[in-house]
Amino acid sequence: MTGTTSKNQWVFGAAAAALVTFSALGTSTAFAADKLTYYCSAQEDWCQLMVQAFEKETGIKVAMSRKSSGETFAQIKAEGRNPKGDIWWGGTGDPHLQAAEEGLTEAYVSPMRGELHDWAISQAASASDKTIGIYAGALGYGYNTELLKEKGLPEPTSWKDLTDPVYKGEVQMANPNSSGTAYTTLATIVQLFGEEEGFAFMKALHKNINQYTKSGSAPIKAAARGETTIGIVFMHDAVKQAVSGFPINVVAPAEGTGYEIGSMSIIKGARNPESAKKFYDWALKAGVQSRSLEVKAYQVMSNLAAESSPSAPKLDQIKLIDYDFKKYGSSAERKRLLKKWDDEVKSLPR
Amino acid sequence: MNRTVALWLAVGWLGYAILPWYAIEDGFWIFEWLLDGYPLDSDYAPGILQAFVDDKIWLAPISLFLLLPLGLFGRAKNDPLFANLLLISGVGGLAYVGLQGFSIGISGWEYATLEALFGALGQRQFGLGYGALLTCAAFLFFLTQGIAARGAINGDVFVVGSIGLVIALVGIFILFPVIQILLSALKDEAGLYAPNVFLSKLFDKKIWGLGCLGSNVSCGAAWNSLFLAVTVGAGTTTLGLAFALVVTRTGFRAKKLLRALTVLPIITPPFVIGLAIILLFGRSGSVTQFASDLFDIPAGRWIYGFPGVWFAQMLAFTPIAFLVLIGVVEGVSPSMEEAAQTLRANRWKTFTSISLPLMRPGLANAFLLGFIESMADFGNPLVLGGNFDVLSTEIFFAIVGAQNDQGRAAVLAIVLLGFTLSAFYAQRRWLGKKSYTTVTGKGDSGTHPYLPKRLSWLVYGTAVPWALLTIVIYAMIVFGGFVETWGRDHSLTLRHYISAFSVSSGEDGLLWTGSAWNSFGTTMVIAGVSAPLTAAIGLVTAYLLVRQRFAGKNAFEFGTMLSFAIPGTVIGVSYVLAFNIPPIELTGTGVILVICFIFRNMPVGVRAGIASMSQLDKSLDEASLTLGATSFMTVRKVILPLLRPAIVAALVYSFVRAITAISAVIFLVSANYDMATSYIIGRVENNDYGLAIAYSSVLILVMLAAISLVQLAVGERRIRRRSETGDGAMPTAGSTAA
Repeated sequence: MTGTTSKNQWVFGAAAAALVTFSALGTSTAFAADKLTYYCSAQEDWCQLMVQAFEKETGIKVAMSRKSSGETFAQIKAEGRNPKGDIWWGGTGDPHLQAAEEGLTEAYVSPMRGELHDWAISQAASASDKTIGIYAGALGYGYNTELLKEKGLPEPTSWKDLTDPVYKGEVQMANPNSSGTAYTTLATIVQLFGEEEGFAFMKALHKNINQYTKSGSAPIKAAARGETTIGIVFMHDAVKQAVSGFPINVVAPAEGTGYEIGSMSIIKGARNPESAKKFYDWALKAGVQSRSLEVKAYQVMSNLAAESSPSAPKLDQIKLIDYDFKKYGSSAERKRLLKKWDDEVKSLPR
Repeated sequence: MNRTVALWLAVGWLGYAILPWYAIEDGFWIFEWLLDGYPLDSDYAPGILQAFVDDKIWLAPISLFLLLPLGLFGRAKNDPLFANLLLISGVGGLAYVGLQGFSIGISGWEYATLEALFGALGQRQFGLGYGALLTCAAFLFFLTQGIAARGAINGDVFVVGSIGLVIALVGIFILFPVIQILLSALKDEAGLYAPNVFLSKLFDKKIWGLGCLGSNVSCGAAWNSLFLAVTVGAGTTTLGLAFALVVTRTGFRAKKLLRALTVLPIITPPFVIGLAIILLFGRSGSVTQFASDLFDIPAGRWIYGFPGVWFAQMLAFTPIAFLVLIGVVEGVSPSMEEAAQTLRANRWKTFTSISLPLMRPGLANAFLLGFIESMADFGNPLVLGGNFDVLSTEIFFAIVGAQNDQGRAAVLAIVLLGFTLSAFYAQRRWLGKKSYTTVTGKGDSGTHPYLPKRLSWLVYGTAVPWALLTIVIYAMIVFGGFVETWGRDHSLTLRHYISAFSVSSGEDGLLWTGSAWNSFGTTMVIAGVSAPLTAAIGLVTAYLLVRQRFAGKNAFEFGTMLSFAIPGTVIGVSYVLAFNIPPIELTGTGVILVICFIFRNMPVGVRAGIASMSQLDKSLDEASLTLGATSFMTVRKVILPLLRPAIVAALVYSFVRAITAISAVIFLVSANYDMATSYIIGRVENNDYGLAIAYSSVLILVMLAAISLVQLAVGERRIRRRSETGDGAMPTAGSTAA
């Protein structure tokens, strides 16, 4: 059967070609002795910096994969029965707490704990040592100074200011159903004003919102480009826009505000647990954390001795609420608040 | 026993007795194991040694199924035992390999009942590897050979084998993961089946609310998606037809340019068009500002929501309609049109009563693709959606968002699937059982008539402004890569290109120091490997669907369309769920990306193939078969050359989609295999638009080059037509065949 022979030859040729190209890509990892698979949920260049620094210092070969914290959590959950990652570093604390709640991460008490801020330790305490704080960032908002002037609007300074009808159609925040940032906002408002008054605030704010974005940092990017006037985000995200040259002014609301704790967890069933612990201890060192300045990360780092950027929001000068991460990070409370927000706020006409 | 059976038997034994049975952890294409303890090391041993030396005794029965075909020696093909032996070996072998694979996993028995029955198992097993792959291929071939020997499809081994292969692949890589994730719609949080939870999620007012009709509360995501998809499908089909007509049936001068332009949007990484549209039509966009100064009205946010998404999707998906329609418009037989004109029909009458009805398969397929693409599109609604929620973004954030509700994502996916399948059936009903054959074995030496005057002005009026708009948007995108901060600080710089693609010469020769090289290389290899495979599987499937009759054909066609109709996010997560644990362990490899692309993009090959093939007269095949060619020969020598437009469409589409896809890829990229789009999205999240756009521009150039190469390599279809002097538009000037 000549047809079959010539087909086989063709298939063989294609397979051989594919083989050559693939093996060229794969060889780099084949000979490493110590390995670490690193899931990173911070900004790309920060992740890269951590990889290079860790490889240089320890000789451990790092394979890094950068995804947002929600995506990484979904991935770790999907891989749960046969984990592929070793350590998950960065990203807002809530998914780390959820992962701990679902038993996807491993408890570990680092000898570095003595050098950390209290909030970093209390993050570990609320997850029975399955996660730890590596940086913190306060919630706030930013506004576009040019647009504000053009429209002759007053400068807002507090949460309550945002419900002023003059800002109708000028405020943007993310949808708490999709964004951790916006869920932190909702939880902060509830803790700050109490549940009843907090929801009254959200309803008043709803009238001024022009769009609930999907992604948490989208509102401030829109404000930077003049697509909205005010965006409710984490302050370090707003600072980043201001430093990139956009006309953004960052506001720490006068009533006080909540914050996130960027976290780190060791994945349960990690294939390289020793490397993961090494990375864990290393990432908590002051010298390592200070290098966040090189990549313009404006969060406050968890090591007491780590330096932070002069442009970074100073946590000690902001009125921070005593954010209950354990309560508001739990699945039950989250579901309840989100449903209430959907039913009582989102469904209202604007 | 004939030679092919003997050959496949050898392949089966090669897989069982020589190659490593389990997957090698280092990677599919790394052959370090040859020097590292093979064949006795339990990680690398072949199946037969695993069974008898390494105490994995459950692998032993496989040898029985591989011994059975030996009984075929000396038997003729029409001996009933011939077929039966093959069937038993094939079905039994496949079933047994699957059964043991699903029963014993990385930590012993997979099911508690098995553990109770047989006691704890000290052994464990990993994902199937080369050996298992070959052995299963051999079993599959025995199965199809057996079916053919029993007389199915005239005993045609090639056709039965192809059907078997495509069914097996579709079953493993589409049905298995998709069904698994759809089942999670029925489960509550504890993982128990709870139909009432499913119903309450299904009839949620966030999905079906109609608030937008009476007040300014947003409507449910389902209605939004449906409305958007219908308008986009209709719009892209109209525009695609306009472009195809301008290129083939008018004396328009800049045809080449127009053709190139229509390709541009399809090769653009997802969110880039959205950003460009915001910079033009957003509240602070240049067009909006200009209009607001001119007419003294306050700049608004009108682009966010339906108008913006519709507009971006029209830009992005018109080329798909064009690619499908161009082959069909070219293929309509000129003799029929000339016959109509000879019978005194004017150009208008000819067009509406002959040309247009003959284009129906093309129109229907183009609409279907536009509809499905719009439903599954994720990038544009994300950037431009405003408060216009659609299913695809809702699904994404149901999985990765703060609610983290996979069940809700599955419910939304079912709604979306319901819409696409309804569209699919509507399309089939509309096409009916009419014949659209226009390319026959008889030489057809006519030329296409020009369009009627009125119509050609209408066609110009649609196509030309659209082309201009595309040019403006792309000029902006290219410009965006060369300025400090796009939309803000327009001082020129090469900074972004240098940081992404710098190369420096070090001690060991060239050093690829740019930050983008790694993902760029991976993307090129993955796209390059998956494109030809996608086209091949797609066209084989199309051939089977159009030319062959077999039981379960409708279900078969439905299965092939399934992965396309499901949003990428769902596919991505379902692949991780299905292929993270044995027997098929693929996560973290490059192979999973290739497979995902093949089965996600295959439907375009199928649709383009069906559209073109329904124009080819079956007598062409019959003539070839009568002259003694096998059906494989017929496909290769007769059908394939006539399908060149469809091949080009399938190759081009699968190549560029492998480069520009995002939503499925996010979950499948791994530390060693990062893709360009996921890298770009990371940059955009970090507000690094300059680098993202510079990278996108490079990708666009690469894809343009690749498309030209494909066009050159595959060549044009040569249908004998009268050539017009001085105008190269007629497809007589075919270039060299591949």
